[in-house]
Amino acid sequence: MSTTFSVETPQVRTKKKDRFVVSTMKRLLKNKLAVVGLIIIAIQVIMALTAPWITSYDPATQQLTKSELPVMSEGHILGTDNYGRDVWTRIVYGAQISLVVAITAVTLGLLGGVVLGMLAGYYKKWDAVIMRFVDLLFAFPGILLAMLIIAILGTSLINVAIAISIWSIPTCARIVRGSVLSIKEKEYIMAMKSMGASDLRIMVKHILPNALAPIIVFATMRMATAILSTAALSYLGLGAQPPTPEWGAMIAQGQDYMWTSPHLTVIPGIAIMLTVFAFNVVGDGLRDALDPNMDLN
Amino acid sequence: MHNVKKYFPIKGGLLKRVQGHVKAVESVSFELMEGESLGVVGESGCGKSTLGRTILGLEEITDGQVYYRDQEIQNLKRHEKKKFVKEMQMIFQDPYASLNPRQRVGDALVEVFSMHTNLSAKEKRDAVVDLLKEVGLKEEHFDRYPHEFSGGQRQRIGIARAIALNPSFIICDEAVSALDVSVQAQVLKLLKTIQEKYNLSYLFISHDLGVVRYFCDRVLVMYLGNSVELAKVEELFETPLHPYTQALLSAIPRPSVHANVKRVRLQGDLPNPANPPSGCPFHTRCPIAQDVCVQSKPEWQEYQPEHFAACHFAGKSILEGADV
Repeated sequence: MSTTFSVETPQVRTKKKDRFVVSTMKRLLKNKLAVVGLIIIAIQVIMALTAPWITSYDPATQQLTKSELPVMSEGHILGTDNYGRDVWTRIVYGAQISLVVAITAVTLGLLGGVVLGMLAGYYKKWDAVIMRFVDLLFAFPGILLAMLIIAILGTSLINVAIAISIWSIPTCARIVRGSVLSIKEKEYIMAMKSMGASDLRIMVKHILPNALAPIIVFATMRMATAILSTAALSYLGLGAQPPTPEWGAMIAQGQDYMWTSPHLTVIPGIAIMLTVFAFNVVGDGLRDALDPNMDLN
Repeated sequence: MHNVKKYFPIKGGLLKRVQGHVKAVESVSFELMEGESLGVVGESGCGKSTLGRTILGLEEITDGQVYYRDQEIQNLKRHEKKKFVKEMQMIFQDPYASLNPRQRVGDALVEVFSMHTNLSAKEKRDAVVDLLKEVGLKEEHFDRYPHEFSGGQRQRIGIARAIALNPSFIICDEAVSALDVSVQAQVLKLLKTIQEKYNLSYLFISHDLGVVRYFCDRVLVMYLGNSVELAKVEELFETPLHPYTQALLSAIPRPSVHANVKRVRLQGDLPNPANPPSGCPFHTRCPIAQDVCVQSKPEWQEYQPEHFAACHFAGKSILEGADV
């Protein structure tokens, strides 16, 4: 009654962080563009975390005697703005703000989207109701929806995060619903049902892990959108208020000095562009790396 | 635990749309004894799998009753159902699809215990290791993912999962059909060993008559959602009463060129179960059909002791019909 096992089991037990994660990372690292993106994101995260240690200035303290210093000035590597604030410092603290707002927005959006998508996909009777609500959200152009929400809630970075998260819900819900619809017909779900597993257990332990790949890709891409939208809303004066060193707000403030001190608009612009680019290429790379046809068997 | 019966008179019919009903399972009744293997055979689409799923409550029952030890079970509340879930388990057809690809095998089995027992983590792990050994796997397989196993091994995992809660009744839905013949034999042997050890009853759904003959005690033949014949396995193979059974048996490949058995080929396809033929469902393809078969549906009768069939001309050889 014995089967021959072709591979002798190694003594070391596989760690909890399984082969799936490792193999996905390996494939991701083969994608050069994605590696560039990962490096940019890593730098940004480090910048955001170590902000007080990598600059000696305060992002809001004004030094009117040193206003509008150009790039590469002594003591101010990226120059200063019209109030004499160090641009490098403000970019670094801006990274903090962008990341925190984007992560909050995406997390909230995912939470809402996953819950709605899961319910819609799993329970037939809720499907129509939830998806029509989602269609309603879809009917608004994204940035307009965000502006509407901010108009209701008032201008602040927290409300920007909330607005962006609500904007993320419909897309996320659709993606999740689609995956759930196909996964719930699988035999292993049937097997769990025959074991008497509760719906909640099936959804959380068996459907969600198998629907994770598109969610991860969506979250990464959505980070780019969220950062861009935070900047856009702040530029329009709906998000960060002065003197908060938000990149979009910095551009808005610097545009009056475009001809005399172009670095005040160009530098935050580059920061936004690089970050958005980075998250997009990483998202693309993840999509290829997570291709479910490649990771199983 | 002795002298108990499971009684399943099922009247079915799966409601697909309001406009019509696909009669996937139509009035099938049988009893399953303790420690017995009942084979269910029939061609694709005849409702074998639906029957199995209906018994477990995975498909809603349209009409009729399922009894387990004289207790009606299909309309139970959730918490009442839980104890029957322990008693009735299922082994699925496709060993590649019946395990969650993102869950380690050990965890999948531990989960079964988590749902139904209050064992500690250590006890659960020990129980799972015992299970793995029981089905011919090893302890180190605990931390593997399903895709690291062969089809036969996966099916062993499926079996381990099914016997984890000490059920008394297991539905094997084409449990060995997806496996190589050599692996099939091993898995069947394993199923038999387990059956003897735990005094299990099997409802063995299959389209492979050879496997059924080897494995089962009694056989139920289904055609288009209807039960057409039910008998002890030897009796069914020796003296099939229903023409459909005769045709099925004559389709078994014979190893010898000298056997010189006359074969009967059925003409045409399975009729649409949404719009079944009048009278006997088999009359459209039956070589010995008469007018009466078109008009009235034959009764399910006991022609010989414990040998049931539904045919107006039960026992008449189809070789008497045309197309031999």
